[in-house]
Amino acid sequence: MPEPKRLARERFRVLAEEQLPRLYAIARRLVGDEAEDAVQDTLLKAYRGFDHLEHSAAAPAWITSILVNVCRDRGRARARAPQQVSIDAMEEFSLFRKIADEDPFPYSDSLHLDFLEQFGSEDVRAVLARLPDLYRIPLLLVYVDGFATKEVARMLEAPLGTVLARLHRGRKLFEKQLWEYAEEVGLLREGVR
Amino acid sequence: MISCAEAVEQLWEYLDGALTEQDRAAIEEHLSFCRRCCGEVEFADELRAFLAREASEEIPDEVRARLITTLDELGTE
Repeated sequence: MPEPKRLARERFRVLAEEQLPRLYAIARRLVGDEAEDAVQDTLLKAYRGFDHLEHSAAAPAWITSILVNVCRDRGRARARAPQQVSIDAMEEFSLFRKIADEDPFPYSDSLHLDFLEQFGSEDVRAVLARLPDLYRIPLLLVYVDGFATKEVARMLEAPLGTVLARLHRGRKLFEKQLWEYAEEVGLLREGVR
Repeated sequence: MISCAEAVEQLWEYLDGALTEQDRAAIEEHLSFCRRCCGEVEFADELRAFLAREASEEIPDEVRARLITTLDELGTE
């Protein structure tokens, strides 16, 4: 292998290996059991496009944007029926107030925290899975993976204002779905956990 | 003076530091006298930490090993 090509391959390997835990975590949240395949696809695509990456500081966002697109393609390929999430009255919904008004744990001194403590990681995954990708992807990229909204806008090839609006909706939907999920699976019964 | 509904509408953006100076000042003025909305802010902050914590995922060792094998094979064909 010629020297420049070998060096580029080495650089890519170091960068990609460093990013593996984060890439896998994002893929798990976006495509569940297909995460490993999605990361494999991402590595192949990223390797082929590595020559176009000008600044290594941009590498994490660059490789993540490839992953996000791979995951979105997989989501479309699975042709999953669009999740039926009601967005009626979503703008007015406040989980904080809902918990206070419904008071599911009357003997609690820390009602709101006790509400959150009913949820395990599996429950949170189930709640997130109910959100349409349109809202779920920016929500996760910003609040779990810590990307700036501008970076997410570039990854999703969407205007910043659109991403901010989807984030706003995503947060509201997340709050609403937490409550609805808790009601449906019986997390609101005192002492259930 | 903004209402509770207007304040609640922007709490996450407030915590994100994504509001304009004017909107931020309006929220802070509201929070200075509205105890309930202060509770909303604290809960929104808690909820963000909860989301980050509970949605985290670890890469299993065997998956990591397989992906590293993929990396080793790239460019060798």
